[in-house]
Amino acid sequence: MTTLRTPAPPRPAEPRAPRRGYRRKSQPEAFGFLTPWLLGAVALTVGPMVVSLYLAFTDYDMFTTPHWVGFGNFTHMFTDDDRYLRSVEVTLIYVLVSVPVKLAVSLGVALLLNTRRGTNGFYRAAFYAPSLLGASVAAALVWRALFTGGGPVNEVLAGFGWHTPSWVDDPNFSLASIVLLGVWQFGAPMVIFLAGLKQVPAELHEAAAIDGAGAFRRFRHITLPLLSPVIFFNLVMEAIHAFQAFTPAFVIGGGRGGPADADLFYTLYLFEVGFQDFRMGYASAMAWVLLVVIAIVTAIVFRTAKLWVFYEDRP
Amino acid sequence: MTALRVPRTARSVGWHVLCLCGVAVVLYPLAWLAFASVKPPDEILSRLALLPSRFVFDGYSKGWEGAAGVGFGRFFLNSFLVAGLSVVANVLSCSLAAFAFARLRFRFRGALFAFMITTLMLPYHVTLIPQYVIFQQAGLVNTFVPLILPKLLATEAFFVFLIVQFMRGIPRELDEAATIDGCSVYRTFWHVVLPLSKPALVTTSIFTFIWTWNDFFTQMVYLNDTEKFTVPLGLRLFVDTSSQSDFGAMFAMSALALVPIVLFFLAFQRLLVEGVSTSGLKG
Repeated sequence: MTTLRTPAPPRPAEPRAPRRGYRRKSQPEAFGFLTPWLLGAVALTVGPMVVSLYLAFTDYDMFTTPHWVGFGNFTHMFTDDDRYLRSVEVTLIYVLVSVPVKLAVSLGVALLLNTRRGTNGFYRAAFYAPSLLGASVAAALVWRALFTGGGPVNEVLAGFGWHTPSWVDDPNFSLASIVLLGVWQFGAPMVIFLAGLKQVPAELHEAAAIDGAGAFRRFRHITLPLLSPVIFFNLVMEAIHAFQAFTPAFVIGGGRGGPADADLFYTLYLFEVGFQDFRMGYASAMAWVLLVVIAIVTAIVFRTAKLWVFYEDRP
Repeated sequence: MTALRVPRTARSVGWHVLCLCGVAVVLYPLAWLAFASVKPPDEILSRLALLPSRFVFDGYSKGWEGAAGVGFGRFFLNSFLVAGLSVVANVLSCSLAAFAFARLRFRFRGALFAFMITTLMLPYHVTLIPQYVIFQQAGLVNTFVPLILPKLLATEAFFVFLIVQFMRGIPRELDEAATIDGCSVYRTFWHVVLPLSKPALVTTSIFTFIWTWNDFFTQMVYLNDTEKFTVPLGLRLFVDTSSQSDFGAMFAMSALALVPIVLFFLAFQRLLVEGVSTSGLKG
């Protein structure tokens, strides 16, 4: 038997050849599968983006043909439109405050829940729930009531001797209540942090503890560096979303930007300009500025990532 | 032994107390809403206590009457219709695109995939106005088409990405075996890969439902007639009200609006939480 098994002539190309051909040639079926997505990408994403870039340089009211104004919309925005600048200010404050606070809270709760006791499934679910509910109009209506003049929040604060005005009606407090509504939805980044914390090897902590490192030092020098890619991811995602917040500002601000335009978020003003005043050219210009700002912020975060994001495989 | 045990139990108790306090704070607004919906109107804003002095269900009956002659039941029906069709459209179109990206070879595959990932970060507003003009020209404003058609065309890259990631985890040997047995690519997709992707498809369905149910901006832009209103738009009618008598109705309908999400959450919480932690979905 064995003698019959003469060594086969070396055919190195054979096992790979069909695979290579398979790889090189497009499968015609692929475009069948891709058709809906491709249609959407062309007709609802790329096409509209090109059109919107064009409209950004025009006056357009939807009923007459667009009228080319060059950079007019952009110069008007930054030199002549106080409400626009107000919306930029409100949105930047919202992003700069709500994102770090939300990340800190979600990381704190994730650290609290990351124990070896088996019972954190319930807590994890309970802390996560507002993430799903909080973006709704219903939650924003509740928020408005909680932070109103004689509402529960003020009553609790009065119990501590702090007397606060009706948050939602006060230009200085209104935005804070919206920030808190954003922070309340910390569940999604918390769940992502928890998944990241599970990856931190317990041996590192044990070894450091034996060497006499306290809880804080272990957090600072083991957990934080190993978690930095997750922090980076959450930071980028939360910032992108915070720039586009709309529903809470609309509802809590009563649909018009709140007291003294304290809740005039960027998207709210864009909606007003585009769909109430029908200044679609100006609204398109605003949308492109938003896109550019988000792109710049993301790029900055990516650039600085080298300094503080630690990848185990890339020391 | 006991000397060591006591502090450990004490720590455990302390941990639970801390967690429960956190849960109480976080869930308080929801409990507040549930009880506010059955309080007498004059107690809603004036009392910190959760429990009402007496249970009143007037808010539900008054709220259910709706506005401008259109009942709130109609708003719920519209919301269920939009959310339900969105789920079907999204699962179908996203799984088709995902299969192509995960399993098939075609030109520009890498570039198209990178493009899809980029659209994840694109603010919706950049395409909003031309899309609106397109639908307006086509006479489709004030119908549900602008809300559902984008989902039929897989514009929600999140879900394509989610399903791609999942399909990559399915052993390739399975579809190779099917191909050797003479399955066409279509049958391999339908009978092998799709059934195995069920967890990803369920996650996609649940998130699509919840996000569509909560969506306010798009629905406000495209729907004008009260007849066509969805639940968030129905609730929006309360935004300007300041009369106390409407508070009961407002909170009763708000509570009802959250019921489907709470039910979904209770039924699928494990899957939802895992969906978030593996794909980084925004909840």
